[in-house]
Amino acid sequence: MELLMAIIIGILFSAAVYLILSRTLLRVILGTGLLSHGAHLLILTMGGLDGGAPPVIADGVTDFADPLPQALILTAIVISFGVTAFMLVLSYRLYAEHKTDDLNMLRGNDEHD
Amino acid sequence: MNMTNLLLFPILIPFLFAILLLFFKESVLMQRILVMTGLFFSTVSALYLVFVVKEDGIQTVTLGSWPAPFGITMVSDMLSALLVTTTLIITFFVVLYSFYAIDEGREKNFYYPAILFMITGINGAFTTGDIFNMFVFFEVFLMASYVLSVLGGEKKQLRESIKYMLVNVVSSAVFVITVAYLYSIVGTLNMADISVRIQEVNQPGIISVIAILFLIVFGIKGAIFPLYFWLPSSYAAPPIPVLTLFGALLTKVGVYAITRTYTLFFLQDISFTHMWLMGLSLLTVVVGIIGALAYFDVKQIIIYNIIIAVGVILFGVSLMDGTAMEGSIYYLIHDMLIKAALFLLIGILIYVTGTSNLREMGGLMKQYPALGWTYLIAAFGLAGIPPLSGFIGKFLIVKGAFQAGHWIGAIAILLSSLAVLLSVIRIFIYAFWGEPKPTPERSKTRYNRMMIPAVLLVTLTVLYGVGTEALVPYMSDAADVLLDPSAYVNAVLKE
Repeated sequence: MELLMAIIIGILFSAAVYLILSRTLLRVILGTGLLSHGAHLLILTMGGLDGGAPPVIADGVTDFADPLPQALILTAIVISFGVTAFMLVLSYRLYAEHKTDDLNMLRGNDEHD
Repeated sequence: MNMTNLLLFPILIPFLFAILLLFFKESVLMQRILVMTGLFFSTVSALYLVFVVKEDGIQTVTLGSWPAPFGITMVSDMLSALLVTTTLIITFFVVLYSFYAIDEGREKNFYYPAILFMITGINGAFTTGDIFNMFVFFEVFLMASYVLSVLGGEKKQLRESIKYMLVNVVSSAVFVITVAYLYSIVGTLNMADISVRIQEVNQPGIISVIAILFLIVFGIKGAIFPLYFWLPSSYAAPPIPVLTLFGALLTKVGVYAITRTYTLFFLQDISFTHMWLMGLSLLTVVVGIIGALAYFDVKQIIIYNIIIAVGVILFGVSLMDGTAMEGSIYYLIHDMLIKAALFLLIGILIYVTGTSNLREMGGLMKQYPALGWTYLIAAFGLAGIPPLSGFIGKFLIVKGAFQAGHWIGAIAILLSSLAVLLSVIRIFIYAFWGEPKPTPERSKTRYNRMMIPAVLLVTLTVLYGVGTEALVPYMSDAADVLLDPSAYVNAVLKE
């Protein structure tokens, strides 16, 4: 199971890196989304995938899942959701003002704004 | 009165006032009154916190009364209490300056709440004793900083903000990944508990990998070489008060996080991890100097000076020596104050000349003598000319470096002072000496009012330099906790 998760996380990260390195702004933002998905799965895997029962203390249950990674992922999902929403609005405004979503056209320097 | 929650006040008061401010969107006067009240009360509580930490030692609160290490612990040792106080004092003056430097459009569109939310996040990151909670507080102040950086919606701001966001989103993802690795090794998130467990698990290889990953994550926020690439252009885009807050506070959170993790966690292989930190910090100083001397844009010159200072502070930390550590803390707080003062003065300079290009300035001394002299004092303070505030920190760092036998680093830091002096004196020579050049008509009252917070802040740095003697007990308290993790651990875990 850990091996499978490692492969999935690897695929997510490589897809994310590919998208982040592209020129279109929207693809870059999608890339950051995939990157955070990969990170969340990584937290889950790092917490250990063993443990069948839910983390509620009840009689006779000794083998339960670690609740902490789940709490961390929940927090991280909420944050990445908020950041992605903000970034989408920002990129829309950017597109409206600059009339382009090509990052090569958005370099900018002191000479021309 | 039960004051166990005292250390939460500098985080909660700005947060509470930020929420209150959201209800007064249209009333600029009400916003100004509330933001000043909020900052005043938070500063008072932070000063009282410093006093309490001095008297009673490290303060801790475990949220929800879960016993440490299970609950989220907030820890206030001397270093974090001092940083929280400095942050609030700087914000107080910058907000005062904003009244005259920020347009009404921004003031009516959540400029002040965004500042207060950012302060909430920064103070939280300084105070937290839980590594994942630190990530959350990083996100809080980053989110607010995205708002501040794009607020106003100018073309340049939009373009630079999206890059700033992307860099930080990627680094946040790496932060989460690193925390996950750390959790899988030590099985805890409480920083004191991590410190204990890392020594127990005895896996130096993987811990060193995590140490370097943390250096990358916090290095992006703190702008060390080679991860500073995003900083100069994205800091230059927003208006001066926002630039001041970013320059004085945000990079310092990264520096604090590196200092905390490298003194509390990664002590098992100092010759490897801390040598990396030392090498990179010296390179940071070098690239900072190149930038500071190359530009003719006043904003860029001071921005590159932030990078130099980050290098100097981290060099002192990497030595892991009592003298140098004390010097680093002196220098850290000095740098926050003096950078804020310099940015405010640069803002006035840009306001009166209407340009940020040095070549188009000249002969301002006749027209604006007060600005010239204040700037000169601040510039000398930055370069560390005794008895001004930069001197003692650098002196202790260099002394520590010589004691530890790192004389190349010590000489590099000494030479960097000369370069810093040259870079800021260039502004003085170009802008204040020489033939007067035509300047636009500017309101004298607005100039005077912008001068008040700047002069007060410069005065504060002069006092910080002159009153070094009085601060020694506070600084050595802060350095002692950093050099002796068991003090931190015992305070949190109450063993």
